[in-house]
Amino acid sequence: MTQKETMTSSLDQSAPTTPGQERVLVLEAGRTERNYWSDLWAYRELFAILAWRDIAVQYKQTVIGVAWAVIRPLLTMVIFTVVFGTLAKLPTEGTAPYPVMVMAGMLPWFLFSTILSQAANSLVSNSNLIGKVYFPRLIVPTASSIVALVDFLVTFVLLLGLMVVLGFYPSWQILFLPFFVILAVLAALGPALILASLNVRYRDFRFIVPFIVQFGMYVSPVGFASSVVPENLRLIYSINPAVGVIDGFRWCLLGGQANLYWPGFALSLVVVAFFLWLGIRTFRATEKTFADLF
Amino acid sequence: MSSDTVIRAEGLGKKYIIGHQSADRPNTFRDAISQNVRNFLRGAGEMARGKAIVAGDELEEFWALKDVNFEIKRGEVVGIIGRNGAGKSTLLKVLSRITEPSDGRVEIKGRVASLLEVGTGFHPELSGRENIFLNGAILGMTRAEIARKFDEIVDFSGVEKFLDTPVKRYSSGMYVRLAFAVAAHLEPEILVVDEVLAVGDAEFQKKCLGKMQDVAGQGRTVLFVSHNMGAIKSLCKAGILMKHGAVAHTGEIQGVLDAYSKQLARSSTTTGNMDNLHVERLVVDFNGVPKIQIDLGGLTVPAGTYEVRAFLTAVSGTAVGIGSVGGFGSKGLEISQNQRNVGLVLEMPNLAHDIYLVTIEVLDVQTHKVVSRLNLDEIDFAPPPLAGENHALDASWGLGFNRLPLSLELRD
Repeated sequence: MTQKETMTSSLDQSAPTTPGQERVLVLEAGRTERNYWSDLWAYRELFAILAWRDIAVQYKQTVIGVAWAVIRPLLTMVIFTVVFGTLAKLPTEGTAPYPVMVMAGMLPWFLFSTILSQAANSLVSNSNLIGKVYFPRLIVPTASSIVALVDFLVTFVLLLGLMVVLGFYPSWQILFLPFFVILAVLAALGPALILASLNVRYRDFRFIVPFIVQFGMYVSPVGFASSVVPENLRLIYSINPAVGVIDGFRWCLLGGQANLYWPGFALSLVVVAFFLWLGIRTFRATEKTFADLF
Repeated sequence: MSSDTVIRAEGLGKKYIIGHQSADRPNTFRDAISQNVRNFLRGAGEMARGKAIVAGDELEEFWALKDVNFEIKRGEVVGIIGRNGAGKSTLLKVLSRITEPSDGRVEIKGRVASLLEVGTGFHPELSGRENIFLNGAILGMTRAEIARKFDEIVDFSGVEKFLDTPVKRYSSGMYVRLAFAVAAHLEPEILVVDEVLAVGDAEFQKKCLGKMQDVAGQGRTVLFVSHNMGAIKSLCKAGILMKHGAVAHTGEIQGVLDAYSKQLARSSTTTGNMDNLHVERLVVDFNGVPKIQIDLGGLTVPAGTYEVRAFLTAVSGTAVGIGSVGGFGSKGLEISQNQRNVGLVLEMPNLAHDIYLVTIEVLDVQTHKVVSRLNLDEIDFAPPPLAGENHALDASWGLGFNRLPLSLELRD
């Protein structure tokens, strides 16, 4: 049976299949799936519904609900502006108001860090599913990152509001924003997949991930512009993939007021690609044992 | 693989590494510390080598499945039976791709849907309606398919009034009914079902069995694990008997059930041990009123007044009866310190041929607490046919075989 036929048969299961035409599935120790990616595509509806579940459940049984998605970034922005902008008197990017500059950096950082922590925990929190049903396990961490995108949209609207209030408008560069959003998601997914599969084996990572996120917020240029980093250290600084992502966002949103440091950005892209490759490899190598480890 | 074989297992094995607490518990603080340090070093070492951490001091390889071979043909409904821990659930997990085999191979032709639990992935905060879609998708149905069968599912579950209530507000019965209703509308080519009928009330169980019979009748291949021998017998034509992780018997269902009964009858005298209470002799006696005679040893309770109870339960979970010495209004049974052995005779009149469980409890009459308990698993009870009959009735007719009086009057 060809891959296309497999997909149609899973879309309409009541359709009878003619014998002798079916794909034979072989289960063996250490055997890698030949149809992994088409399988993943066939399970896209499960992906959508798990993402929808996480979004629907996110703010259930909270008093102020979605307002949390507004309050969290707003307060962080105020604190960062006061600490780094007013007290430490760090420079902003070009003529952009400090709060807008901070918010433009927080936007990708929250996206990155939420995906990292949600996805890293996703396998353990969905262990009941993994122990009872088969589906490509990659669906779980990726679906959990969709929730982060919803929070991202709320924060983005907040940023637009802030820009209107402060009278600072983005220019044509904002058209490149979707590219950088995808980059932020991929940058987070790579390490998240590694952490997620490690977390199944060693629950130590449950404690390590919040630490990475907290630490990362201070080493990444969230509260300050990356231009404050000395010129000769910028390339090394860009090994942190979040640096490239945040700089890219600022370049998009601050209307070219922030100059993109190209060698550093290119390095960040390479690091993102490497972690993504490593993440998927690690994940696929261990995913068949997940059910045995819960 | 021949054209009508849909599942073929060859030399299938599944290994787990399990840990034990070592027999000698640390007595001193120093021992405890050094044991902890040893465990920490081992954990760190295993992490460095990328292996999983196993709790316990002593590790052991455990083969949950070992050299399992069988073939299943298209449209067959196969019952998988065996005692607890025989490897039935592990086998289903391997077949439904939840876990990878450690040895051997399985070839599967067609789409497998597995039902190892009712309500997998149900989210308590979501409404019944939302959970139907969620659970359906998890079991492998598409949105369009669920939407098409939605009314049928709701109808089957009988919870239409509460569709928009979060399922955390449901009674456990409603929850199970809704969950099974979704599962019952799965239409895969191969359906793998673990003991899921053990939940829900009797009427709903009957409905579920009916639905499964429909599924089986549609030419789908079904693998069915159950302890309900009545259900197995009425649903399945073929069976696989598992024992210690291997296939002990396979073939036509009646033969497999007979092999199972023989296996149980041999082993029931040796099972069960809590506290020091143990079985020294167990005889199932069919002379006169059928009864079981149990000699227990190792009764270690302080001198006092006790009640001894015996609970009789069918293997399907239905409670059949209770026997008591010292209870039900009597003043209790005096047991002195040095009495260590108990002989019990439990009469089991008018019981059908089935497998039964007997639980024996010793209760302190004053505190009303159970001080000693013993489970006798799976006693095969095969009464002889009544006078003038060729064979005894079995549990598929009901557990008892009381002849109900019926009188008939002929008139002009």
